[in-house]
Amino acid sequence: MAKLYTLSIHEAAELLRQRKISSVELTQAHLDRIREVEPNVNAFTLVTDDLAMKQARAADQRLASGENLHPLTGIPIAIKDVICTKHITTTAGSRILENFKPPYDAAVMERLHAAGIVMVGKTNMDEFAMGSSTEHSAFFPTRNPWDLERTPGGSSGGSAAAVAAGMAMGSYGSDTGGSIRQPGSLCNLVGLKPTYGRVSRFGLIAFGSSLDQIGPFARNTRDAAILLQAIAGHDPRDATSSLQPVQDYSAALTSSIKGLRIGVPEEYWVEGTQPAVVKVVRQAIERLRDLGAEISLVSLPHTKYGVAAYYIIAPAEASANLARYDGVKYGYSYRDTSEMWEAMEKTREFGFGAEVKRRIMLGTYALSAGYYDAYYIRAQKIRALIAQDFEKAFEHFDVLVSPACPTVAFKLGEISDPYQMYLQDVFTIPANLAGICGVSIPGGFSEGLPVGLQLLGNIFREDSILRTADAFEHDTDYHKQWPGNL
Amino acid sequence: MIDRETVKNVARLARLGLSEEEVDTFKNQLSSILGHIQILQEADVSGVSPVAHASRLTNITRADVPQLSYPPEVLLANAPDQEDNFLKVNAVLEDA
Repeated sequence: MAKLYTLSIHEAAELLRQRKISSVELTQAHLDRIREVEPNVNAFTLVTDDLAMKQARAADQRLASGENLHPLTGIPIAIKDVICTKHITTTAGSRILENFKPPYDAAVMERLHAAGIVMVGKTNMDEFAMGSSTEHSAFFPTRNPWDLERTPGGSSGGSAAAVAAGMAMGSYGSDTGGSIRQPGSLCNLVGLKPTYGRVSRFGLIAFGSSLDQIGPFARNTRDAAILLQAIAGHDPRDATSSLQPVQDYSAALTSSIKGLRIGVPEEYWVEGTQPAVVKVVRQAIERLRDLGAEISLVSLPHTKYGVAAYYIIAPAEASANLARYDGVKYGYSYRDTSEMWEAMEKTREFGFGAEVKRRIMLGTYALSAGYYDAYYIRAQKIRALIAQDFEKAFEHFDVLVSPACPTVAFKLGEISDPYQMYLQDVFTIPANLAGICGVSIPGGFSEGLPVGLQLLGNIFREDSILRTADAFEHDTDYHKQWPGNL
Repeated sequence: MIDRETVKNVARLARLGLSEEEVDTFKNQLSSILGHIQILQEADVSGVSPVAHASRLTNITRADVPQLSYPPEVLLANAPDQEDNFLKVNAVLEDA
């Protein structure tokens, strides 16, 4: 048999169910793999090996009983450290939460524990999910398993690297402007951002509340469908979570896209996209045409305003959300003064890193008297226009296709200008502004580095993008490639 | 276009302490970022209503039913300082 850590979730689930392998064996194989490659990759802020073995033994009992089984029962999974895990340190990649132990589980953790997952650890990320490289983690950068000199992307870089390196069979991240799809692209994974409202945000440490959504990373589409199914659905504790019935995502994988209408947004072929990325994506689009999809151009005329509108709206929301870190209720607290305001200011000065401060400043500026109309209200109007672009496009198309990211994985330290880093998300941001779903899938390689293909779907049409991803996968073997030099 | 005074004022509004070095850094970086964001002023937004979120839901309500919450000790477990099940803070009001 192949090494256990190279199995897919759906293969492992079948072997577990037939009792050909045990969850303890499967979990041990992943903990061994963590011991072997994690010193080079640094994907985890915390490896929960004792908990994992305990959960694996419980899963084996459940599998032995044959009752109440779930496709994720006994499967080793990694969780981004922005998702609250009861009594288990949850840092959001920040010094200010370095020792924070949540009193409760996030809604997605309740669902995953009910399914019987094995949690192998919490994964590294850019502080408060602000960044595209994990270099803004307060602790250390994560390295890309495909090239250890390069970034895995971010902000969910640890979750992506863990799955790409075989340290977890699947993982969860959060995506506010591309934080699942961009690292998915850079690490050769299926990384899916669900429709806004599809997954409960209860217990997700907030960044941009009108944009944030939790979603999965997987090494193939069938696994991504299973991982999404496990967390999708209404939760009364998140007022923005939807009552819309959840689709059967695995059933959507018919492997045929004959007659599917796929639009290619004209405005997504911008200067600054690496020619190698353009080439790979163009080839992938031709392959979709060969598979029977009807491909034609579509215009999303307000695309060029996306990054600018996002960098008003997301920091504005972040500046409000991060006001809660005052050194009083939880987290790091500056104690060396008896003056209240000084304590608060110093707590935030020493507790937050550079990117978080930059966004608090930008957001506070955009919301302050005299600038509110010119920046914040204007950005919200442009957000409406971008959403309308997509509404019109989806009257004629089932799926839109583009590069996920303008570049392949870049070297750690290569991008130092904040705005250049923000441009990593130029193709992913519009979906967050409009609330639609999107997925990055392995689209090909350029000089040994992965190139992601982004598929965008209408609200609550995760079935369309998963079906397209699955059909593309049947015709290619990019998703089967493993990083060679780990 | 952002000067040091503006940086300091915004930092005060956000209750964010900054070193003198950070004030200079943010003066330059925020000016640069806002320069890129100027493109927003080009867009024709006449007659467009602003949207605050991407959810299709409005006015979600629930019945106001009392229910058990967490015991104080659980919620205070992460507090930097506490006394008798209260958060303890520095004096907010000065002596008269």
